[in-house]
Amino acid sequence: MTKSSNKIDPQNLNIDVHYLTRVEGHGNIVVDVKEGKLAKCEFQVIESPRFFESMLVGRSIWEAQHLTSRICGICACGHTLASIKAAEDALGVKPSDEVVMLRKLLLYTEMLDSHILHIYILVAPDLLGVKSVMPLVKTHRPVIDMALRMKRMSDYAGEVLAGRHIHPISYVIGGLTQAPSREGLEKLYSMMLESRKDGEETVKIIKTLKFPEFQRPTQYMSLTSDDEYAMYDGDLMVNGEKSRVRDYRKLFIESVVDYSKAKISKINGKSYAVGALSRFNNNFDKLHKKAKATAKELGLKAPCHNPYLNTAAQLVEWVHCLEESITILEKILKEGVKEDKVVVSSWPKRSELGKIKYKPNTGAACVEVPRGSLFHEYTIDDSAHITAANCVIPTNQNMGNLEDDMRKLVPELLGKKTQEEITLDLEMLARSYDPCISCATHLLDVSFV
Amino acid sequence: MKKQPKPRVAFFDFTDCEGCQLQFANMGQTLLELTELVDIVNFREIMSEAGQDYDVAIVEGAITTDNDVVRIKKIREKAKVLVTLGACATIAGVNGIKNRRPLEAAKKTVYGEKGALVNTIKAMAVHEVVTVDYAINGCPVYVPEVVAVLKCLLMGKPYVVPNYAVCVECKMNENVCRYEKDQECMGPVTRAGCNSWCINNGNRCYGCRGLVDKPASDAAKDILQKYGLKVEDILNSFTLYNDSMGEKYDQEFK
Repeated sequence: MTKSSNKIDPQNLNIDVHYLTRVEGHGNIVVDVKEGKLAKCEFQVIESPRFFESMLVGRSIWEAQHLTSRICGICACGHTLASIKAAEDALGVKPSDEVVMLRKLLLYTEMLDSHILHIYILVAPDLLGVKSVMPLVKTHRPVIDMALRMKRMSDYAGEVLAGRHIHPISYVIGGLTQAPSREGLEKLYSMMLESRKDGEETVKIIKTLKFPEFQRPTQYMSLTSDDEYAMYDGDLMVNGEKSRVRDYRKLFIESVVDYSKAKISKINGKSYAVGALSRFNNNFDKLHKKAKATAKELGLKAPCHNPYLNTAAQLVEWVHCLEESITILEKILKEGVKEDKVVVSSWPKRSELGKIKYKPNTGAACVEVPRGSLFHEYTIDDSAHITAANCVIPTNQNMGNLEDDMRKLVPELLGKKTQEEITLDLEMLARSYDPCISCATHLLDVSFV
Repeated sequence: MKKQPKPRVAFFDFTDCEGCQLQFANMGQTLLELTELVDIVNFREIMSEAGQDYDVAIVEGAITTDNDVVRIKKIREKAKVLVTLGACATIAGVNGIKNRRPLEAAKKTVYGEKGALVNTIKAMAVHEVVTVDYAINGCPVYVPEVVAVLKCLLMGKPYVVPNYAVCVECKMNENVCRYEKDQECMGPVTRAGCNSWCINNGNRCYGCRGLVDKPASDAAKDILQKYGLKVEDILNSFTLYNDSMGEKYDQEFK
């Protein structure tokens, strides 16, 4: 298949990475250069279609969280929060400040979990020249033990807050079905304090690793807020301009391409990026001072136009989320968990279901999840059953941007690197976006013109 | 005595969220201990190596395309032991919901005019296509049960899947019955083994482990009647995870 994989050929290149590894889900990279001309440059998503939109129609709005968290195992908490917020927007439910605080805590701890998984398990093997984390268990055991300890902390957060991290149980419309135990929160707090050291150690390690050099300015989209480094709530920000979340359909346009099961999104007719680097570029000022110091130590400055450094931005966010989580926990432990303001039933009373008339409505919400801005939107009828649903996934939004990166990168490397080296650079580029392909192929509501 | 070679284990995923594999990855130290007993040769989510020689295939996800059918048959041919991991592989999971609508309609809603090109078939559990040796239920899988199944597998013993209702575990955990709280719950008909995970956390049972073999449908109907409900009232709850068992449910409850 590959004719001259170890020779430098400035005119021809044929890359076909079938099932890109160390990403969530199934994707292929296909690049074809003939006589110096880029004929094909695609990131193909080939995961089986999953039909969540079709599955949601006809179901109760109180099932939406349970069902949509099953879109993805890595960002199940992010889907849960986007789903609950959209449902609350549709139903006109307003959660208490205490609930919002616990939701932010869950979201931050999912960032901690996902970012550390990506940094150590998915990306580090590339930078250390091995195929997976497995050989590192032998060669870098203390580092692996540390990574597992950091992951254990964020997994434990899921257990304490929501019953479990994968497909959280207790986070529902209006609040939590059960308040986290004080004992659990105290243990989590001490684990987080311990994690600070591991974070510092991780920064030292990542600092020594060399990321490929590549520059391509693009449009960066994320939530933004005057009050904080926006993750749970805010307005949308792109190119320095703000817009409301509920107007998201006016901001970007999604379309279907033939070679992929994931849609491609554009703003102003051009691709754009979401995720850690976009948030970092848009909201640097709002980062915790320790996170700013981490950025400085890593040599990361906003705006940064090297997509490979998304991984470094994730580490900066890891520090931010840890510090924010510690602050929230200190507040909760000081004031105590206010069960009366937090605990709700997961469903309305069975004897009342079917008797109450709801206002037919559409609700939309956006949450920043590890890979970028995640949107859920539901339309409900007067029995609060879903009649239409839409989810816009970060990985879909990044797809066009990744391909544009590849289109710029391939000609820059032609004639300088072998096919094998270029393949690795492209794999690393795709991996740096931390794609989540199960999410991307949930495939909801495509509007065709 | 000659040392036995370690069994080679490969992970494969079909249509699902990959959360059950992540439950594996999240086992942390237990996973490292496991690697002393087995060689993991293929785990695409975390490894670039893709070993094609394996003894044990751990399969996640439902079968939903023609290609999936071909692929799972090939995996079955190679593997000495095949394990299904999680609700999607074991009972088709939430993927089964799409079976309740005509496929053509589902394709059109999602992909519009390009829907005709989409390869999709009825969502099936793995055992509907090939023979399965060990089944691990749950959405997601419950790690203590994963460990129990792996122990059986390594000792070459069968694993006995609990065949009683979640209510049994729920009672032992001293939870207040959801029906007493004016909620509905799938606990009375759902296979135990999760230690009533969701109810312990204040939610209710959604039936992710599938129906028990003999769901005592008369008793379950009695419970519903006592609280003024009919099966039809909670039909959606039955179909959230159990569509590939639709016939069974029709026989027992209709």
